Amino acid sequence: MLKINQLHKSYPIGDSSLHVLKGIDLTVDEGEMVAIMGSSGSGKSTLLNIIGMLDEADEGEYILDGLPIKNLTEKKAAVYRNKFLGFIFQSFNLINYKTALENVALPLYYQGMKRKERLEKALFHLEKVGLANWSHHLPKELSGGQKQRVAIARALAANPKLLLADEPTGALDTKTSYDIMAFIQQLNDEGKTILMVTHEEDIANMCKRIVRLRDGVIMEDKKVEQVRAEQYV
Amino acid sequence: MFKFLFDRDTWQEVFDSLSKNKLRSALTMVGVWWGILLLIGLLGSARGLENSFNRLFGDFATNSVFFMGSTTSMPFKGFQEGRRVQLKIPDIKKVEENVEGIEFVVPRNMNLGTVNRNLLSGTFNVFGDFPTLDEVQKKKLIHGRFINQNDIDNRKKVAVISKNIYEQLFEKDEQAVGTRIEINNISYMVIGLFDVGNVNFGPSEDVHIPFTTFQQVYNQGDKIGFMMITGKPEYDITQIQKDTELILKNLNNVHPEDTRGFRSFNLGKEFGKITGFLTGMQFLTWFVGIATLIAGVFAIGNILLITVKERTKEIGVRRALGATPFEIKRQIVVEAVFLTLVAGILGIITGGWILILLDHFFGQGDDAAIVNASVSIGVVFIALIILVILGSLIGLIPAFKATSIKPIEALREE
Ligand SMILES: Nc1ncnc2c1ncn2[C@@H]1O[C@H](COP(=O)(O)OP(=O)(O)O)[C@@H](O)[C@H]1O
Ligand SMILES: [Mg+2]
Repeated sequence: MLKINQLHKSYPIGDSSLHVLKGIDLTVDEGEMVAIMGSSGSGKSTLLNIIGMLDEADEGEYILDGLPIKNLTEKKAAVYRNKFLGFIFQSFNLINYKTALENVALPLYYQGMKRKERLEKALFHLEKVGLANWSHHLPKELSGGQKQRVAIARALAANPKLLLADEPTGALDTKTSYDIMAFIQQLNDEGKTILMVTHEEDIANMCKRIVRLRDGVIMEDKKVEQVRAEQYV
Repeated sequence: MFKFLFDRDTWQEVFDSLSKNKLRSALTMVGVWWGILLLIGLLGSARGLENSFNRLFGDFATNSVFFMGSTTSMPFKGFQEGRRVQLKIPDIKKVEENVEGIEFVVPRNMNLGTVNRNLLSGTFNVFGDFPTLDEVQKKKLIHGRFINQNDIDNRKKVAVISKNIYEQLFEKDEQAVGTRIEINNISYMVIGLFDVGNVNFGPSEDVHIPFTTFQQVYNQGDKIGFMMITGKPEYDITQIQKDTELILKNLNNVHPEDTRGFRSFNLGKEFGKITGFLTGMQFLTWFVGIATLIAGVFAIGNILLITVKERTKEIGVRRALGATPFEIKRQIVVEAVFLTLVAGILGIITGGWILILLDHFFGQGDDAAIVNASVSIGVVFIALIILVILGSLIGLIPAFKATSIKPIEALREE
């Protein structure tokens, strides 16, 4: 699914620079569910953003679905983001003046899908996350858990191969977190590849593999026995 | 290429984001709306004032000057100062022959006369005139005709009377032309009835009789009360005035430096002042209008800039979901064009209303201050097009700004 080789990234800070990723090697296969862990500031988000083509590495090789990601035009990058990738953010990032349904339909709009078809498809995904009845509500009328579910529906709408989630449960209480995790596990069961940043052990243990970052390198990379989230719901 | 313009989704997006940011949209629109409104209002009123001046002075040959004899203030060639100078018929020929650029010289005489009809009477200004007066100062005839050469040649007892006299001496709806009136006990046939103009220089003109008749009846000999001189269009009337004055002084033994020997009134100069004022006002109007329009456009740009900043995160989200920079830019530009266009059209409509109101309150009647206040559609549309083009160009600035950064930087923005 994706292959990363000796990836480096640093941020300029004044005259000096902050070397955040110092040679990351990582391979993720189709159908995996990987948790990226590490203390705050260890570069988890930076790595995920590079994988998501929202940011660029300084050095190293990154191959996504057989395609080398290097010096892409912003237009090409947009197309890949739209087709291959689904994003789930800690702060949901819903567009606040659009209804749940319209938010979910947005990636399909950028695919050039007709309005009617788009809204039907969006409604289907909203149903899947159990929010069909909330389709015409604005984000501000939804609870945190509901917002994240809308965001998940949106990430799924374009049927991406890879789902990237940066602390998807970071802004939610424990019960809602498990709720969301149960749903993400279900997506993985259905075959989606999932990459998730978290700093919570219990959430990480609900994945199938944990990658730990420290000082800009991968300190540990191990498969784990997946804890099912349903049992807590 | 422009297919997206006919796509409901494009407009849905534009409409969503505009109605979400109501205050911003409203402010932008007010800027443009006000600009167009002001442009139309100012241009329209300037045109209206111009029309009103043209209507007021339209009856006069604008390049004319009046002369009349006065009292000298300097002794000359054995004549004492304080002598009355009298213009005479031969002066006319001399002026016509010696001053360059003259079109007409029209001599006139004037006297007060008692006008009687049946039992009604009144005192009015009676003028002895040539047919050429009509060339210099168009008479608005309601009925009948003005004095002609035949009247002059035969010293006919005919009179052209003003509406003013008619109203005082005649019954309502009574036919005046063909009836007789008495002026200082001499009977005249009324041959014409005229409406007084809006502007009058000098005494009000009530009755015109043939110049020759006037000479005979009032025993004038070859004296002239005053003369009106009209210059050919390509000549400077002020120069004609100077040349004429010099010749008249020479003919009448008035010291060349004497400023009092003749009185003259340069109509052209007065017109010049007014035309200059109108030109100035038009210039000012354009200046103000265009400045306002530009200010309006900058208001749009500024507000779009703020908006884009506010919406950086949203733009980041859209890009994460697969929007290309082109799609983002296109949307911002469509928003800008749409806003300016709608605001501009509203400005045109309200501007039109303003002109209608101006016309209603100031444009009615014969002595209206503003006549037919209007702007040409062409000017308005050019203004609108310029506005829209500037609006979209300015919209491009924030659009470029928003797409020049990496999506992640946009997303990090709070
Ligand atoms: N745009 C940036 N400019 C400068 N420093 C940054 C930027 N983004 C992240 N950093 C720094 O890089 C380090 C890693 O950040 P991040 O990947 O967000 O960590 P994590 O997600 O693991 O908390 C942090 O020290 C952070 O301050
Ligand atoms: Mg982070």
